[in-house]
Amino acid sequence: MLSCRRRASLPAPGRYSGRIPEWHTETRTDIKTDINSNMWNMKQLEYGALARRANRIKDELRQGVRKPYKEVIDVFQGDLHGAGMKPLTFVRQVLAACVYPPLINSNNLPLDVRQRAQEELGRCVGGSVGSYSAAAGIPEIVHSISEFIKRRDGGIPSHPENIYISPGSQWSISNILNVLVNREASPRTGVLIPVPFYNKTVLSITQLGAVTVPYYLSEEQGWALQVDELQRALESAKGVCNPVALYVINPGNPAGYVQSQKSVQEVIRFAWEKRLFLLVDELYQDCVYGENCEFVSYKRTLSEMGPPFSGTVELASFHSVSKGFLGECGLRAGYVELVNLDPAVMKHIHTLSSKDSCTPILGQIALDLMTDPPKPGDPSYPLYKQEIEHIRAVLVHNVKRVHEVINSLPGFSCPPLEGGLFAFPRLNLTPKAIQKAKELGLQPDTFYCTRLLEEGGVFTGPGWEYGQKEGTYHIRFCIAAPQDVMEELLRRLSSFHMTFMKDFS
Amino acid sequence: MKSMYKITLQLQRCARDITNMSQQAVNGISHRGRVLTLDSMNPNVKRVEYAVRGPIVQRAVQIEKELKEGVKKPFTEVIKANIGDAHAMGQKPITFFRQVLALCSYPALLEDSKFPEDVKKRAQRILEACGGHSIGAYSTSQGIECIRQDVARYIEKRDGGIPSNPDNIYLSTGASDAIVTILKLLVCGEGRDRTGVMISIPQYPLYSAALADLGAVQINYYLDEDNCWSLNIAELRRALNAAREHCNPRVLCIINPGNPTGQVQSRQCIEDVIRFAKEEHLFLMADEVYQDNVYAEGCQFHSFKKVLFEMGPEYSNTVEMASFHSTSKCYMGECGFRGGYMEVINLDPEVKAQLIKLVSVRLCPPVPGQALLDLVVNPPQPDEPSYATFMTERTAVLSTLAEKARLTEQIFNTVPGITCNPVQGAMYTFPCITLPQKAIDKAKELGLVPDMFYCMRLLEEDGICLVPGSGFGQREGTYHFRMTILPPTDKLKVVLQKIREFHLRFTQEFS
Repeated sequence: MLSCRRRASLPAPGRYSGRIPEWHTETRTDIKTDINSNMWNMKQLEYGALARRANRIKDELRQGVRKPYKEVIDVFQGDLHGAGMKPLTFVRQVLAACVYPPLINSNNLPLDVRQRAQEELGRCVGGSVGSYSAAAGIPEIVHSISEFIKRRDGGIPSHPENIYISPGSQWSISNILNVLVNREASPRTGVLIPVPFYNKTVLSITQLGAVTVPYYLSEEQGWALQVDELQRALESAKGVCNPVALYVINPGNPAGYVQSQKSVQEVIRFAWEKRLFLLVDELYQDCVYGENCEFVSYKRTLSEMGPPFSGTVELASFHSVSKGFLGECGLRAGYVELVNLDPAVMKHIHTLSSKDSCTPILGQIALDLMTDPPKPGDPSYPLYKQEIEHIRAVLVHNVKRVHEVINSLPGFSCPPLEGGLFAFPRLNLTPKAIQKAKELGLQPDTFYCTRLLEEGGVFTGPGWEYGQKEGTYHIRFCIAAPQDVMEELLRRLSSFHMTFMKDFS
Repeated sequence: MKSMYKITLQLQRCARDITNMSQQAVNGISHRGRVLTLDSMNPNVKRVEYAVRGPIVQRAVQIEKELKEGVKKPFTEVIKANIGDAHAMGQKPITFFRQVLALCSYPALLEDSKFPEDVKKRAQRILEACGGHSIGAYSTSQGIECIRQDVARYIEKRDGGIPSNPDNIYLSTGASDAIVTILKLLVCGEGRDRTGVMISIPQYPLYSAALADLGAVQINYYLDEDNCWSLNIAELRRALNAAREHCNPRVLCIINPGNPTGQVQSRQCIEDVIRFAKEEHLFLMADEVYQDNVYAEGCQFHSFKKVLFEMGPEYSNTVEMASFHSTSKCYMGECGFRGGYMEVINLDPEVKAQLIKLVSVRLCPPVPGQALLDLVVNPPQPDEPSYATFMTERTAVLSTLAEKARLTEQIFNTVPGITCNPVQGAMYTFPCITLPQKAIDKAKELGLVPDMFYCMRLLEEDGICLVPGSGFGQREGTYHFRMTILPPTDKLKVVLQKIREFHLRFTQEFS
């Protein structure tokens, strides 16, 4: 039997809470084989008790079991459609026609949809979305992405050969990490990660045998990234690991900050000085709400900074169809743009991507529709514009309401959400609540989330899953839900929170 | 002159360095080398090769570009018989599948009377199982539960009632994803303890690529070409014992029906392999993606799971195994959807928990692929409106493939210097080619492996893209190529004819 013998796990540097769970040594009499020891260092995540409980409650409700609520409001993940937001009509019409080409001759679909579907199918080998594409992606779509990046970045060129499409951004991030992390190196490869962080990337880093080096975002400054803190983090890695990369999420997840151009420049300068490879997750670039906030890409800033930075800092920027207005998480498609990489290394990245076959064709088409949407004058444009504006309005409204409601509750606080798709409010839990959590063997914020799920029917994520300063507690929830769902969420949350604070006063 | 040139070069390099230095002096910053170089990168990644999309395909793509630009060549199109992509070669998708998936993509079509009732029902059922009733929502990392239940039921039906637990089913992004995931889980240890993975030679190069990437030790066991590429336990034992000297062999991979060889293992052989795996404490990985592609008389697909359970509890309670299937092959040919699954048997529950962690990193498999898989395991039933068309289409695809398999073997065996084993199953032929010594020498001169030289010539002269046998592995001193049997029958006949002519020409040239 594959065994569960524990391997020594390196203590991660940093002072944040709930990082790596303690695994108990187990001996089995029928031990046959071991598994990859890095598995043990990967945190147990959504498939932990909380997610299982949420699924069980959903099942119970389906079977008619009575509860204080009729359905679970699932805002655990950044999943727009899962929370009730609608897909974009144009996107779905084109995809349907690509999947079933007889629809191209149907008058029920607008002309531009049918023309676009024909165009997309023309790019597929054999005219079918069932064929493989080139490993890096359908060439015309890769080109479309490069044009999109160029337009977004004020005309700064983007080269198609530097772009790789993948089944979601996490796939790409793990591939790039795989190239960066030299498992034979001593000391071990380190990657600087923000706290709070996006847990999937951190899982990848751990699974590959690298060491995470946390740098803390400043909650007091609205989760701002401070270079001093980057410096401190780097110093903490001395003697522990060899940091080669700096992972940044902008706009943030779960922390809802949007970096100013000055901040981006500072980070680039830091990466240049300290010889760090920049890994930048820009999935939420379309989700910016804060006044005076604007998304500025790392690529653009790097280029505008000129030499020596523009020609030397190695950068990988990631984007996908999962967030923004499309919200097509289930299609699994994203891309990475690589800048200033060694051409010899690029050759190997190409071979590596080829063994993965290709990204799902429907996802690639969705990427094309995202980067080259309907334009004024197209028959689908009015509806497309209306739907985009509606989504934007809902998000802006939700962001305001969440900020209002959370900050009106005692023991709950939250800086203004500048961007991203999550709220990450801070819980000021009483010693009594913390004590009760300890008794139950739970992290305090997990305890809160568990109660909130059971009693309020709202499924949120505990802060410890995303990292936070020791002694602080948070919850994370997605703010991309229809307005009525968000109101209901806030109503249940307020009600639960008041009861909870009273019970543990 | 040479030394003058050398000196000039050196001076030029010096001048450039001086310029750079001045620039840096101006900036006051020391020269910054790249972080990610050939030296600093993961050395395993450098060892990864994948012949199916390798250099010959890159040349083929280049030639296609040249043709488009109007460059004159002895042919008007490149026939890509390198990759197992049925739709690329003109095979039509199954109507029922595409109709349901269209409705899943754009549910407003549920109101369209042009779609049959069973199509609508299936689409509704799938959408109900999706978050927010959208295929754009994440599913759980293991895959949508009701689809896993359907897959389990399909396996039970296929295997004569042997139970399958949906908890042991993991949906994936094609079978390749699941195969790599299991390998990631299993490969561990250092030095002499490093995990060794047994794989057939010839093999599908995903395995060698994944093993190189993971830094695992590849243990080759040779299939017997003289006996229709059959698997020999004595050979397994030889390979294993030799490997024990330098690694820790823990995994045995088997592809059945085979790729590139097309052999369909007998039931006896499968039993022997299972017995061997139990004796030697090996984890079995059974790649069964071609399970519906069986053509030869007297050949039948036997799933490893079924045979394992029919061997009794002594085996079925202990042998650890993962079986893989996908939507890319068989009669569906839907490679672009990236649908697949694995069924794990006898995995320790705590190890399964680790497996869940691993699959959660990439969130979830593509939902359209999951939906397609659901239709594959749950096709139209005899009493449903789409049944007749479905059966006609399915039968047509499989019988055409069978015909092409037979035709390929027949024609190749008429060519002196080409020997072709029967294509019992899968989608490929892997004939043995005899190369004249002069050709082998010429290849060496050019720094090419002989069968790559052969295939490159074929590409340049006839516009036919095959994959050299060296990309899959073969016995030393033998040469092969892999060709798919997927081009439409008429085109295939032309391709076979052209290869025959090329081979005769080539042999003549280097005689």
